[in-house]
Amino acid sequence: MSKVIEVNNVSFSYGSEPIFSKVGFSVYKGDFVAIIGANGAGKSTLLKLLLGELAPTSGSIHLLNQDIHHFKDWPKIGYVPQNGFSANVNFPATAEEIVKANLFSQIGFLRFPKKEHMEKTKHSLELVDMAAYSNRLIGNLSGGQQQRVLLARVLVNDPEVMLLDEPTTGIDAAAVQSLYQLLTRLNRETGLTIVMVTHDIGRASSYVSKTLCLEEGSLVKLDRDQINDELSHKHKHPMKNRLQQIQGGEDNHGDF
Amino acid sequence: MAIFEYDFMRRAFIVGILLAIIIPCIGIIVVLKRLSMIGDALSHTSLAGVAAGLIMGINPILGAIAACIAAALGIEAIRKRIPKYSEMSIAIIMSAGVGLAGVLSGFVKNAANFNSFLFGSIVAISDFEMILVACISCAVILAFILLYKELFYIALDERSARLAGIPVKTVNFIFTILTAVTVSVAARTVGALIISSLMVVPVACAMEFGKSYKQTVLYSICFAVFFTVVGLFLAYYARLKPGGTIVLIGVFCLVLILFAKKIMAKILLTMNKL
Repeated sequence: MSKVIEVNNVSFSYGSEPIFSKVGFSVYKGDFVAIIGANGAGKSTLLKLLLGELAPTSGSIHLLNQDIHHFKDWPKIGYVPQNGFSANVNFPATAEEIVKANLFSQIGFLRFPKKEHMEKTKHSLELVDMAAYSNRLIGNLSGGQQQRVLLARVLVNDPEVMLLDEPTTGIDAAAVQSLYQLLTRLNRETGLTIVMVTHDIGRASSYVSKTLCLEEGSLVKLDRDQINDELSHKHKHPMKNRLQQIQGGEDNHGDF
Repeated sequence: MAIFEYDFMRRAFIVGILLAIIIPCIGIIVVLKRLSMIGDALSHTSLAGVAAGLIMGINPILGAIAACIAAALGIEAIRKRIPKYSEMSIAIIMSAGVGLAGVLSGFVKNAANFNSFLFGSIVAISDFEMILVACISCAVILAFILLYKELFYIALDERSARLAGIPVKTVNFIFTILTAVTVSVAARTVGALIISSLMVVPVACAMEFGKSYKQTVLYSICFAVFFTVVGLFLAYYARLKPGGTIVLIGVFCLVLILFAKKIMAKILLTMNKL
């Protein structure tokens, strides 16, 4: 299977404060990966590095086999931001307008959308079961529905990989389950590679194929037993102690 | 109609309607980017350009355009350096602009000419100014149509717009120049002190009715044209200052709309309970 994301010995620090030290992992085509970790562990920073918004202090990142410094195919990388539209809830735009906006790379600079772009927009909304809400203002949709519109906005470009930053924040339990089911369906039916940053280890672990845990500047791969152990001991021991045990048997700088 | 027998009133209507079309086009992006005060900062800085133009003997509008462009680029540069407190950039440039305008105005010999820029003088538009407004209006309308989807996406989510491939820096630069030029010419007509109201109030009214971005843009333009036409009529027959009258009508309509919507919501709630 081809590598979609390759992170090699990446270190990063904000000023003199180190966030990661020699982190490495690979994501393969068709993977559904969850990156978990406590608040402040650096999950969102890792996403910013993957989006090229921050540059690593050392190490290298490759997206779709291209060095991130020279990467140009950003439309192939779908990104769903944290909190969706919560800060922009009164923005006067319909679901359809928001999804269509992401077709820029296909429409072109200073050009207007054509019939084919309208059909792609419609199809994308159908994929996330939101076609019936295409003419609704984004502010009139529930948190879960807004998140689906964000997914449709990414899917409209037929991305090779989708990066999600805390996709379940601010949505109710039923909508969270429905969102995970939708992501699983997209992953299985379309082969879409998904990398999701989340602290919702309990529910996410039932759906993803790989779980990476970020803590104390290191990244470790957790298997199903370790996740169950983590969940059952949640309030008894700090995660750090068990991660050190895990690291004892596995090189955290290695290629997962 | 007697009002249209006067050449200066015909010009006032032409210039007023053209500005009422372009100001909301700029205004909606400014409002959605949460930079509503940018109009105030630019128009106040334009006064420094007006004073410099009057001192150097060049057309004050050209001076205002140069000052506005410099101020707009300054705001954008500061905004990038302190993105989390971007509104600070507006306050910094506004302070600098007002300070400079205050100092330079002391050297202006014809104080009446300078003062006309504070509250505008739409009924005293020269041929050159009318042609300038017409040319700038065409440029702004054309740019707004061509950059419609790009401006929409940047206003909605600048980060995702960049990932979608939109040349965000270029589009922001073009928009900054358009904003500066629009504010400069509008300052001459409706006045530097009230231009930001005309940028924000029609958009605020339209957002109460718009069911999509496209509708909100069209409604904003309709509201701005309505305020301008009614304001000019009222100013002519009641002998009021046109710039201030236009803005006050806008604010009055906005208050009326908000009040009416609140009453309607209460009536609907009561009917649902019954």
